[in-house]
Amino acid sequence: MIETQGLSKRFDGFLAVDDVTLTVQPGEVLALLGPNGAGKTTTVRMLTSVLKPTAGWARVAGYDVARAPAGVRASVGVLTEQHGLYFRMRSEEYLDFFGELYGLAPAARRRRAAQLLERFGMAEAAGKRLGEYSKGMRQKLALIRALLHDPPVLLLDEPTSAMDPQSAKLVRDAIAELRADRRTVVICTHNLAEAEQLADQIAIIRRGRIITQGSPAALKRELLGAPLMELRAAAPLNGLVEDLSDVVEIVEAGSDWLLYRAPEPARLNPLILQRLFEQKIPVVTLAEVARSLEDVYLQVVEAAEGEA
Amino acid sequence: MTLSQAWHTFSRALVITRRELRDQLRDWRLIVPVIVLTLFFPLLMNFTANQAVRFVAQYGAEIIGDRLIPFLLMVVGFFPISVSLVIALESFVGEKERHSLEPLLSSPMTDLELYIGKMLAAMLPPLAAAYLGITVYLAGLAWTIGWKPTPALLVQIVSLTTVQAMVMVSGAVVISAQVTSVRAANLLASFIIIPFALLIQGESVIMFWAQYDVLWWVLVGLVCLMAVLVRMGVQLFNREELLGRDIDEINFKAAWAIFRAAFAGQSRGLSAWYRGEVFPTVRRLAIPLVILTGALAAAIVIGYNYAPLYRLPLSADALQDMTRTFGERLAQFGFVSPLGAGWILLTNLRALAIATGLGAFSLGVMSVILLMLPLALVGYFAGQMALIGVSPALFFAAFILPHGLLEIPAAILEGAAILRLGASILAPPPGKTLGDGWLMALADWAKVSLGLVAPLLTGAALLEALVTPRIVLAVFGG
Repeated sequence: MIETQGLSKRFDGFLAVDDVTLTVQPGEVLALLGPNGAGKTTTVRMLTSVLKPTAGWARVAGYDVARAPAGVRASVGVLTEQHGLYFRMRSEEYLDFFGELYGLAPAARRRRAAQLLERFGMAEAAGKRLGEYSKGMRQKLALIRALLHDPPVLLLDEPTSAMDPQSAKLVRDAIAELRADRRTVVICTHNLAEAEQLADQIAIIRRGRIITQGSPAALKRELLGAPLMELRAAAPLNGLVEDLSDVVEIVEAGSDWLLYRAPEPARLNPLILQRLFEQKIPVVTLAEVARSLEDVYLQVVEAAEGEA
Repeated sequence: MTLSQAWHTFSRALVITRRELRDQLRDWRLIVPVIVLTLFFPLLMNFTANQAVRFVAQYGAEIIGDRLIPFLLMVVGFFPISVSLVIALESFVGEKERHSLEPLLSSPMTDLELYIGKMLAAMLPPLAAAYLGITVYLAGLAWTIGWKPTPALLVQIVSLTTVQAMVMVSGAVVISAQVTSVRAANLLASFIIIPFALLIQGESVIMFWAQYDVLWWVLVGLVCLMAVLVRMGVQLFNREELLGRDIDEINFKAAWAIFRAAFAGQSRGLSAWYRGEVFPTVRRLAIPLVILTGALAAAIVIGYNYAPLYRLPLSADALQDMTRTFGERLAQFGFVSPLGAGWILLTNLRALAIATGLGAFSLGVMSVILLMLPLALVGYFAGQMALIGVSPALFFAAFILPHGLLEIPAAILEGAAILRLGASILAPPPGKTLGDGWLMALADWAKVSLGLVAPLLTGAALLEALVTPRIVLAVFGG
């Protein structure tokens, strides 16, 4: 579990992180989104007890980041912004080294390393030096390093960066498994589609402050309004639009199509369909207009910049 | 820390050391110079020793050959450990530049484990090369000219080599953990290379002079320095600074703000400043004050004990004439006047400025030595007085006490502040950076210097110019 309250970090005169309060439960994935320089990496570094908070507190896996840094670091698997590999080493000895740093017994760390290398399709490259790896392979190895000691908390900075689609899917599946396994996961990413797919909670950070947080669905509802439905009929609607405007808010209409807002789709959509049925107007499709996390993010960030 | 905790820390540190050593052995750019220095250089020194011994023997100067051989033994041991500086300088900052430091800092390794691990990794290969080089050199000498060192000399050279390596590595690791680039670390390495160059020259003089006993004292001094540097390195090691700082820059505005806040505090007005800042600063200087008082007292005793060894051609009768003539000359030069007081004050301030400068670069040690010198002279002259039957206490009371009542406390206060300033880099206050800690110590030095030392020295200068000569003339002038 991760809990923070008023977490802040000041470097000389610059406030890099300002009053960040969040909670990530076991079995939850939080996606931390924000523009470059927003304070995501600084926040992650405080959660790994590499940086000390200037104000506020944070607890990771029950350990206070300022008072019990060793406990925090032993409980956290970190995929850092830069993968930071030792290029003259091979993957097995690299993982063996980090396994030893994390206190794993020799047999356990060898077994775990072999499993993870196999899982992420890296077993065949075991004989090469890390300096010969591609960017994607280095990223995968760094992720394996973060997973090696089976930590209860994972902090992953751009986990699928530079990966091919197949590898990226492997990583996303692994994150989903970690969530199912009741791990606490925080991912920093610019890949909004991935964040939407994986995250239970989204926190958008800008200039060190969290400007909005919530589940993807809640954020869409709050910031983009009620779900938008598109109905396409096989025949003209013949003035049915005026008839329906007492049921739903019509956003736009054409001769044979309709865009409307449905705060309660489960109740309102059957009503709409009932009306069309009564008017003997055949329906081709009724579907929710997809609204992406990108829409939410851009709206939030642009609004914040406008206020500033 | 208990023994088992220490062993746990050490064995954890070895995880880092083993990885680093394996990595070094894979770097041919490191291995080749070490091999060359280990094997080729001792053979070259062997050849040099043989040629030199034969050459000087032709002119009956065998002593030069006898002194050269142990000296080259020391050189053969030292050269490979100069390689250790390169490894140590890039131990932390090199990883930072290669972006491999953060995963290490994010691991459960403690600061001490990381630090010791890196230090051992920087030290062991060059030390092994040094011992091997010494072995090759000695084997060559034994085979060619049948020369063997005494056990004491061998222990001395091996110990010196080991401790010198540890001092260089400790210093280099401190630098590596404080800078933001390998380039900056290499530039700052001058602060290690230059003193060691001077040290080696000093050791060579000692060895050619065959004062091998002095080398044991050099060894003791180096062991103390190594302990200080290791402690300093561990105290200053800061994950946040290592990772967070990317640019070395001097922020004069921020520095002035820190200095000003520490100097003036919340005081409004002179008396509030003395009460709120100056006197509490003096209380904080309790330990350095005790050290300085002890050092200056020891200086007097040392000077006094050296008087019989270096006796001046004085007699009690001649003392009277000398005192009168000296008093007349002083008056002639206008010394016994406010102008003389001004000259004395400027001289004292200059001496204290030099002491401050020296102390800032020597952890305060050189300033203590400099401040001891005049009192050692006082003790020496007191001893001379005792030798000619004049009471040393009377000498002290007449020549020193009138202005010494103000000047000696000024020297003790100033010396304590300088000692604190020099030592501030060893362990900054908790939560403060090295720079902040130094600025705060500088503010303390400024408070003591301006608030207490300068007024005391002004009073002492007036007394020394206007009162002491009259008292001396009255007591010793007849």
